[in-house]
Amino acid sequence: MIVHYARPQMIRLLSWLLCLACLGFFQGGFAEVLNLDEAWNTLSKKSYSDKAEAIEAIVQQNPPEALPALKAMLEGQLFYAKSNKALFILREDGDNYLFTPLFGGNTATQENKRGYKKVRINNRLRVQIRQSLASMQLKHEDAAVRLEAVQELLKEPDEETAALIAPLVYEEQDGRVLSAMQTLLAIIQLEQGDEAAQASAIETLSSSLNPSALNALTEYKAPNGELEDSAQAAINKIEAQRDLYAVAETVFFGLSLGSVLALSAIGLAITFGVMGVINMAHGELMMIGAYTTYVVQLLMPNHIGLSIIVAIPAAFIVAGLVGVAIERGIIRFLYGRALETLLATFGISLILQQTVRSIFSPLNRSVETPQWMSGAWQINEVLALTWNRLYIIIFTLLVFTALLMVMKKSTLGLQVRAVSQNRAMARAMGVRSEWVDALTFGLGSGIAGMAGVALSLLTNVGPNLGQAYIIDSFMVVVFGGVGNLWGTLVAGMSLGVVNKVIEPWAGAVMAKILVLVFIILFIQKRPKGLFPQRGRAAED
Amino acid sequence: MTMKTLKKMAFTSLLMVASMASAGLAMAEETIKVGVLHSLSGTMAISETTLKDTMLMLIEEQNKKGGVLGKKLEAVVVDPASNWPLFAEKARELVTKEGTDVIFGCWTSVSRKSVLPVIEELDSVLFYPVQYEGEESSKNVFYTGAAPNQQAIPAVDYLMNDIGVERWVLAGTDYVYPRTTNKILEAYLIAKGVDKKDIMINYTPFGHSDWQSIVSDIKKFGSAGKKTAVVSTINGDANVPFYKELGNQGISAEDIPVVAFSVGEEELSGLDTKPLVGHLAAWNYFMSVESDENEEFIEAWHKFIKDKKRVTNDPMEAHYIGFNMWVKAVEKAGTTDPKAVQEAMIGVAVPNLSGGFSAMMPNHHITKPVLIGEIQKDGQFDIVWETSGLVPGDAWSDFLPGSKDLISDWRAPMSCGNYNVKTKKCSGQNY
Repeated sequence: MIVHYARPQMIRLLSWLLCLACLGFFQGGFAEVLNLDEAWNTLSKKSYSDKAEAIEAIVQQNPPEALPALKAMLEGQLFYAKSNKALFILREDGDNYLFTPLFGGNTATQENKRGYKKVRINNRLRVQIRQSLASMQLKHEDAAVRLEAVQELLKEPDEETAALIAPLVYEEQDGRVLSAMQTLLAIIQLEQGDEAAQASAIETLSSSLNPSALNALTEYKAPNGELEDSAQAAINKIEAQRDLYAVAETVFFGLSLGSVLALSAIGLAITFGVMGVINMAHGELMMIGAYTTYVVQLLMPNHIGLSIIVAIPAAFIVAGLVGVAIERGIIRFLYGRALETLLATFGISLILQQTVRSIFSPLNRSVETPQWMSGAWQINEVLALTWNRLYIIIFTLLVFTALLMVMKKSTLGLQVRAVSQNRAMARAMGVRSEWVDALTFGLGSGIAGMAGVALSLLTNVGPNLGQAYIIDSFMVVVFGGVGNLWGTLVAGMSLGVVNKVIEPWAGAVMAKILVLVFIILFIQKRPKGLFPQRGRAAED
Repeated sequence: MTMKTLKKMAFTSLLMVASMASAGLAMAEETIKVGVLHSLSGTMAISETTLKDTMLMLIEEQNKKGGVLGKKLEAVVVDPASNWPLFAEKARELVTKEGTDVIFGCWTSVSRKSVLPVIEELDSVLFYPVQYEGEESSKNVFYTGAAPNQQAIPAVDYLMNDIGVERWVLAGTDYVYPRTTNKILEAYLIAKGVDKKDIMINYTPFGHSDWQSIVSDIKKFGSAGKKTAVVSTINGDANVPFYKELGNQGISAEDIPVVAFSVGEEELSGLDTKPLVGHLAAWNYFMSVESDENEEFIEAWHKFIKDKKRVTNDPMEAHYIGFNMWVKAVEKAGTTDPKAVQEAMIGVAVPNLSGGFSAMMPNHHITKPVLIGEIQKDGQFDIVWETSGLVPGDAWSDFLPGSKDLISDWRAPMSCGNYNVKTKKCSGQNY
């Protein structure tokens, strides 16, 4: 690998960078800076521009306290005593607050933050600190930290950072960090190098996906036609690659929207698809699942990650029981009377909403996303898949497989299918049809509850949660073909992808309308949906 | 007639007498009725219930001080259930059946537009406490929330001058407030020399929950090398998934700050705020404002609602200002008669919660300071910028071609909500 760098163009680059380094040095040498004590004192003042100056001074003189202080400041953990303006770093330990003096001394433990004030910080200071921290961490032993630092610097590449990075290129072992460093150097080289250096910079940049690289190439003013052509070719190459990843991203977005649609519709595929009950309270059963998640999190505040796992069976049970109660209490009296069922369940949905409003207040509740579900899986610099969506896709497939197993392999599944195909015959064979009805409805409701757990991580947990999904759920079930579980899954996924493909050029509002129009037309052509039921079951 | 029925009759007549007597007593202790028209159920209950409680608190406090004109105030609370036509019906009920001379209420612009004809026909008074799109000035409505020039435009100025933003995403929910505000902002940005290519406008349906592709578009739009910001008029519920998606796709406030006009302390209390730290909001009041009035107000609110964790927000301050203005105007006029109050209102000044005074102007809007706050971990805002003085609300925007030349002045002799300074005509089309 190392041999690779000993090309003549690299030697030219080296001499050029040496000049840069000198330049950076002189700049640092002559600038007028605050003295260190003044700088530390300024941090507790109000003016943000004064603070910016102070940070600059601290970074340049780089005392040992600089790194921890700036890190703490970024996290909002840097405090000062109201009495003497001395700086402290705050740590939370259970219910106690520990204030450690920045310059050494005894840690004070308090139950509140009285007597201390936070060193205020705004976005501009955050950017400044992050950049400074990045340049301090370029030699960090962890490659991931180094990568982050270089990428931070890549956002605003300038001569000084190039001078900082130039000598490090030769020591860097990690491939990803190295390529990021080379991109940064190439950007500066493109702006300031001679023609040969520019040519090699274009070559380096053409294989980088970093947005800064593309921007540098777009803004590049070529001194001659040859360079201009090669810059254009590099831009085309980058854009072709970006387009490719954009397609992958759209498909992922579509599948993830589809999995949410399918997940919220699977429960309905049971109650509506198999049993034929138009359950308008289906959305509210999801809401109950979401609130169950909230309550579980309240009960185990120190295990946020685990609470989501616990919430899944809890939501299944709670929503399932509510479902059984609804079936036993109301729906069983209304079998065969679709319109009355529709109205009654609509009434139930309103009752459930208002009950939740009375118990939990009309305000939204927040469900905390556990650490392992937040953030994204960074595949490369353009493509990142968000973890929560990825988990939800997997969760949907698991729920679907489990349900399919229950319906195909278990006694309950057999009985459910028997009752839904021919109630009288099933009863004659000794199936307790009423009991099966209640359990089936409970199963569908329980799955809605589990969908609620997933939704609580994506959207608001509030009384109106269900309303947003009820129409979509019916749409998916009808489109997929009533009574067919596979239909529901395929319909959900394909509607998601179609929606996401249309959205970028038609807008979110139009995409929704177009999907609805498409479904209406489709149902006109094929009234029984994507996968119509065949055989005797379909005849009635 | 048996003994039993006789007894029953006697009992009923006794009851009747008693109830008549109590009615008489109530007549003796006459009260002034104050109408409160906020949704307590349905979609908007999430925001409006708090305002109902605020009104009850303000009325209770005023009664402790001896009421108004020597009479106690009595709140008449009705529930329009987030149903726009019902707002009009309930407003009529308040004025004609309950005999209230003033109504405090509405949140959404549709609900206000639905109440407007009723309130104008009955010539009553409505105090509207929420920031809105402007382009309206009714003789019967007093707008205590922000007009676009008291929220949106100063926020854009801040981003442009202090943060150096050059590329703009205007994202909103698809209804009248965001559409009008974005039209004004677009015109304003273009007037300031921003290229059309550097403005991206995006609308989403109500309650939109799948923000993946839009956030990804914003990310791409923002990676073009120029500093980018999102100006968000996204409404209530859709904000939570929007901010969550921003956090998940790794867009921090330092890369692309989002300044929101509909996200306040109350909305944040239902949100995991960690990924939001540093994003901005523009309001005329934040709970974190340091002033004596604000401390008193928060203390009174916690005492009234019996929950130390409840937050205060901008529309609550608007009701605080509006209610105190109404009290002052009634005392000035010596009567609660709507006509007299309408006249007395103009020029009335009362303390606001940020340590200054707000005054009612002839166009029925008020003067307010504009504050920009950054979201903190605890769900509060850290004020990073404020206007040097008070900004008077502008009913008709100076940046829309149709309303550039319009002014509103409800003082005699003009008495017009829609006066064209070019044609020198009053069109009478107030909304």
